[in-house]
Amino acid sequence: MSIYIARSTALAARVLDGETMIMSAKDSKLFTLNPMGTLIWQSADGQTPLAEIVERKICPQFEIDKEQALSDAEEFVTSLAGHGVLVVAESPITSAKLPQGDAR
Amino acid sequence: MSLMAEIGQRALDRDVPLSVQLDVTYRCNERCVHCYLDHDDHGEMTTAEIKGVLDQLADAGVFFLTISGGEVFMRMDFFEILEYARSLMFCVKIKTNAFMIGDKEAQRLKDLMINDIQVSIYSHRPEVHDAITLLPGSLKRSVAGIKRLRSHGIRVLIANVLMMQNLGDSDGVIALARELDAEYTIDPTVTPMMDGDREILKLGLGVPQLREVFRNSDMVGDVDEFCAVSPSTSNDHLEDFPCSAGHTACYISPYGDLYPCVQFPLPSGNVRQQKFMDIWRDSTQLNEVRSITVGDLPVCSGCGHSSSCSRCPGLAYMEGNMRGPSSQDCEKSFARTGIPSANMRLKAAAREIHGLVQISMPVQVPVLA
Repeated sequence: MSIYIARSTALAARVLDGETMIMSAKDSKLFTLNPMGTLIWQSADGQTPLAEIVERKICPQFEIDKEQALSDAEEFVTSLAGHGVLVVAESPITSAKLPQGDAR
Repeated sequence: MSLMAEIGQRALDRDVPLSVQLDVTYRCNERCVHCYLDHDDHGEMTTAEIKGVLDQLADAGVFFLTISGGEVFMRMDFFEILEYARSLMFCVKIKTNAFMIGDKEAQRLKDLMINDIQVSIYSHRPEVHDAITLLPGSLKRSVAGIKRLRSHGIRVLIANVLMMQNLGDSDGVIALARELDAEYTIDPTVTPMMDGDREILKLGLGVPQLREVFRNSDMVGDVDEFCAVSPSTSNDHLEDFPCSAGHTACYISPYGDLYPCVQFPLPSGNVRQQKFMDIWRDSTQLNEVRSITVGDLPVCSGCGHSSSCSRCPGLAYMEGNMRGPSSQDCEKSFARTGIPSANMRLKAAAREIHGLVQISMPVQVPVLA
């Protein structure tokens, strides 16, 4: 089973020195993502499976084991989905409402 | 350290402008007696210019974007600006009188996930509020707008500027905020006009009234904590910067003028003529502001209030010296603690000395030939 992730539009976000600060529009909660979380978040286009993001982007950049990285990434996206920061689905996310933002 | 403080520190360490206030117009449908702006349109930035500025702000790392005026909804393109700002993922706050917010507008604001909307309410009594805005029916219209915003679940902050004219009405405004399920904040500062005219300061509170406000727990929370005299056991704060103006925050006028803060009108560049980042990094004025620590303030660094004072460098600048004291903040510290500031003591001493050397000169009567 593949997992697809898309950035929610219900937030404000900005990348600051490789880390991302995010404020949830739902409850004004503030988060910061470390460089690895930032890369996953930036790659959350709704079309690329999480496993592919981990294999192609995370593992080469951070030189970590693929299985461990995928397990950590799944935990990470589940946590962010709980806060409404990411949308997680078992099929590509094509809704026109997602994702419209462009965090720089 | 809270996450917000941590982000602020990180922005400070990296010279990132975390917060920007962008005024999109100075035009307004109210004429508040204490307003510091000139409401004529002297050539506002176009939609395209504002979008270009927003692109640059996003690239510079700006996260918190406050869009204000004037009355922001006087611009026909306001929603276009908002949509663009949100597409760049700013955390957007708006200041408005909410007159022009109908159900359709409230729904659009909700859809755009605006973080919060600030509306100034001066009194719960129309005769007092409307006498300040100089617009009959304005309280009713602002309250109607707030109700629409709240019915769409949008966070509303009621800002209550305290002046002599509305001083007794803050409890009523607090009750109104509760009734509307809005948050409430007070602002006991009347700001001089941006052109330096200080005439409107006479509308503000004096020390006796400030003392009363600062002892009201509904307004300041824990009164004992708020009014406590700061312990002068350490000089660590002397290396602190007076505030975030020019360090992690700045202000841009509808004409593209960039200042350290809306309350600190030191012309530092214009985004119509230069790139935002070129001004942010290289402006002589901003770099001068950034160079000043509390220890560099000739009078304030030796003041017992220096570690707890709300001294605004912008108000000090408008008083004549950005390194000098801000008398309005001296009065606040005095009203809070009962202890005069160093500036107040110096002024009193100067008056005494002046009194001692004053010599009455005999009137010379011209001798007529």
